[in-house]
Amino acid sequence: MTDTATADTAPLMQVSDEIAIEIEAMNKWYGNFHVLRDINLTVRRGERIVICGPSGSGKSTLIRCINRLEEHQSGRITVDGTELSSDIKNIDRIRSEVGMVFQHFNLFPHLTILENCTLAPIWVRGVPRREAEETAMQFLEKVRIPEQSQKYPGQLSGGQQQRVAIARALCMKPRIMLFDEPTSALDPEMIKEVLDTMIELAEEGMTMLCVTHEMGFAQAVANRVIFMDQGQIVEENEPREFFSNPQSERTKLFLSQILDH
Amino acid sequence: MTEPATGFVRTEMLDPLAPPERAGGPLVWLRANLFSSWLNAILTVISLYVVWRVLATVVPWAANGIWDATSLSNCREIRDELYGPGVPGACWAVIHDRWRQLLFGFYPKALYWRPILALAIFVVTVLPFLVPALPRRLMWMAPVAPFAIFWLLWGGSVWTPVLAMAGLAVIWGVWSSVGDRHGAFAGWVAGIVALVVIFLPVGRAFDAVLGTGETWLDALFPLAGNIGALLERALPASIQSVITREFGGFELSFIIGVAGIILSLPLGILLALGRQSHLLVVRVLSVSFIEIIRGVPLIVWLFTASLLLNYFLPPGTNFDLMLRVIIMVTIFAGAYLAEVIRGGLAALPKGQYEAADALGLDYWKSMRLIILPQALKISIPGIVNTFIAMFKDTTLVMFVGLLDPLGLSNSIRADQSWNGIYWELFLFIGALFFVVCFGMSRYSMYLEHRLARDRR
Ligand SMILES: Nc1ncnc2c1ncn2[C@@H]1O[C@H](COP(=O)(O)OP(=O)(O)O)[C@@H](O)[C@H]1O
Ligand SMILES: [Mg+2]
Repeated sequence: MTDTATADTAPLMQVSDEIAIEIEAMNKWYGNFHVLRDINLTVRRGERIVICGPSGSGKSTLIRCINRLEEHQSGRITVDGTELSSDIKNIDRIRSEVGMVFQHFNLFPHLTILENCTLAPIWVRGVPRREAEETAMQFLEKVRIPEQSQKYPGQLSGGQQQRVAIARALCMKPRIMLFDEPTSALDPEMIKEVLDTMIELAEEGMTMLCVTHEMGFAQAVANRVIFMDQGQIVEENEPREFFSNPQSERTKLFLSQILDH
Repeated sequence: MTEPATGFVRTEMLDPLAPPERAGGPLVWLRANLFSSWLNAILTVISLYVVWRVLATVVPWAANGIWDATSLSNCREIRDELYGPGVPGACWAVIHDRWRQLLFGFYPKALYWRPILALAIFVVTVLPFLVPALPRRLMWMAPVAPFAIFWLLWGGSVWTPVLAMAGLAVIWGVWSSVGDRHGAFAGWVAGIVALVVIFLPVGRAFDAVLGTGETWLDALFPLAGNIGALLERALPASIQSVITREFGGFELSFIIGVAGIILSLPLGILLALGRQSHLLVVRVLSVSFIEIIRGVPLIVWLFTASLLLNYFLPPGTNFDLMLRVIIMVTIFAGAYLAEVIRGGLAALPKGQYEAADALGLDYWKSMRLIILPQALKISIPGIVNTFIAMFKDTTLVMFVGLLDPLGLSNSIRADQSWNGIYWELFLFIGALFFVVCFGMSRYSMYLEHRLARDRR
């Protein structure tokens, strides 16, 4: 655990009534394996949700369904008012509105940091190169690595790469950000720099869904913590209650395992 | 924490030191590299002996070579006079006498400047693509160069290449405007429809009325060909034409090889992508194509090109043999390249595809910008390997009646004066091929080195 933030620094962030993501009775199978079972989740604009749970419980699959990296088989997922169907146009639109940060960064190794950040704005949004570069530099400054913009990803540390990955997603000016264990491939000393960036983002009111086991982060910024097990949402609560007063046995067991060390 | 009994605490941090001196000098090097063990020493001695034997035979033979002679027997007389009877000596005179033929086949002597100029245009056009230090501006030649080179080599009316270029420009216009509005796939379909619908029937109609079609290019682009013929009547602008039968020698190998290399790469990329497409039809077609083409020897395909295609083509079309061979070589190399590139695609981490998807890039953009640059980089050694193999395989065209350097060496031997000469010709031909293939190999190493910047 890092001491990034404590509950009392939790900023006063506004949550609107507008719905950003709505998942209704969603099920997904890998072959015969029922990986997500009857998922119901509503995320409002400006909300920050932390998803935790044991490995293999379906957390990644859930957030990957939101931008259609995985396809669900039943139920509805509506993102920003658009229902996810097999219509390619819808999928591409949703993907350009939803930013994603991966556990292993997935930067493009053959492009410079700046090119990584300007690629999608130029080729998906049709932003002129000059303008895309200016925006990219703004976001690189925001994640505090503007001086690395001409380097290649392989020349950066893990923490720096992950911050570039966040900047790359932000350059598309997304309305929703998905994070899939953004700090779990990092050395301990680099976790803080990435979490700080994410906290700043949360303070600006970004709608965020974040799979993470960084409980300090959850307490600092989350409106809600969701606990998943065996493909189901087992418990859902605001962070203080969730940590101090877990209801289900599974949650208690899980919390005791990750907090007791 | 309690201190264990055998505890240790460093009070001073260590400064870095220079690495220990390595003993140098040639003797040390020899010892380390050639005589480090008994086995190594024995191998070294044996190798040196073999090298010495080969050099002792070849070097005097080559150095004693006779450059000025009129025939093989003449060569032998001069050699016996100079060095005494039986002393080995090459007869380089055959190269001296026939090098033009080995390079240009039966291309008219007065027109040698044309293939040479075409080669110069080719080099100037490809250099900016091969060496990024050169200004990008030089790339403007690329769309025009193939037509200029074609015209220089085969001659004829300038209107033929100009109109072929215009025809392609129209197709490209259709492709890009439809592609922009309705997606890349629709663009391809519209482009192909434009090619077939506009150019074939309209061209054929012209043909029927005017009877102007004559060259194979007219068969490919009848409309352009026919308008070209009309323009030529109104505004003559031709240079002497050279027919394919007059092409030969290294020039022929080079044309077939280079055309095959340039055309097979895009084909290989499309086949590799097709093979991993999620559309079943595309996948099955790509796999069948690759397996069928790869499973049959190139020589069989060349015979197919030279004999069988006549049955399938409309009667009266004079579809140039060289063009058919280029198409076959391209298809053959394309199938091999597809497998090489597929390896590169498979080697990319899944995260690259996902990151491209997550940013909202569509299929063709993510392939072009993210996946292919990396997959092709991984595949460079295999791609160049295929190119080299293909370039050498162009010597097989002699079996379908084209006079490549090996075919010419046979016809040179058929001449009374050079009957029975082998080594000198083969060495010369081998050296020509070696220069080109070795060049490709070195370039691929340079390219790999240059692209190694994104070390992960
Ligand atoms: N492509 C796949 N095919 C089959 N099973 C998969 C696939 N991806 C994940 N799974 C399985 O689905 C379950 C949930 O995976 P995941 O969502 O990655 O879990 P988490 O992120 O919570 O660790 C795991 O049991 C995993 O083995
Ligand atoms: Mg996961």
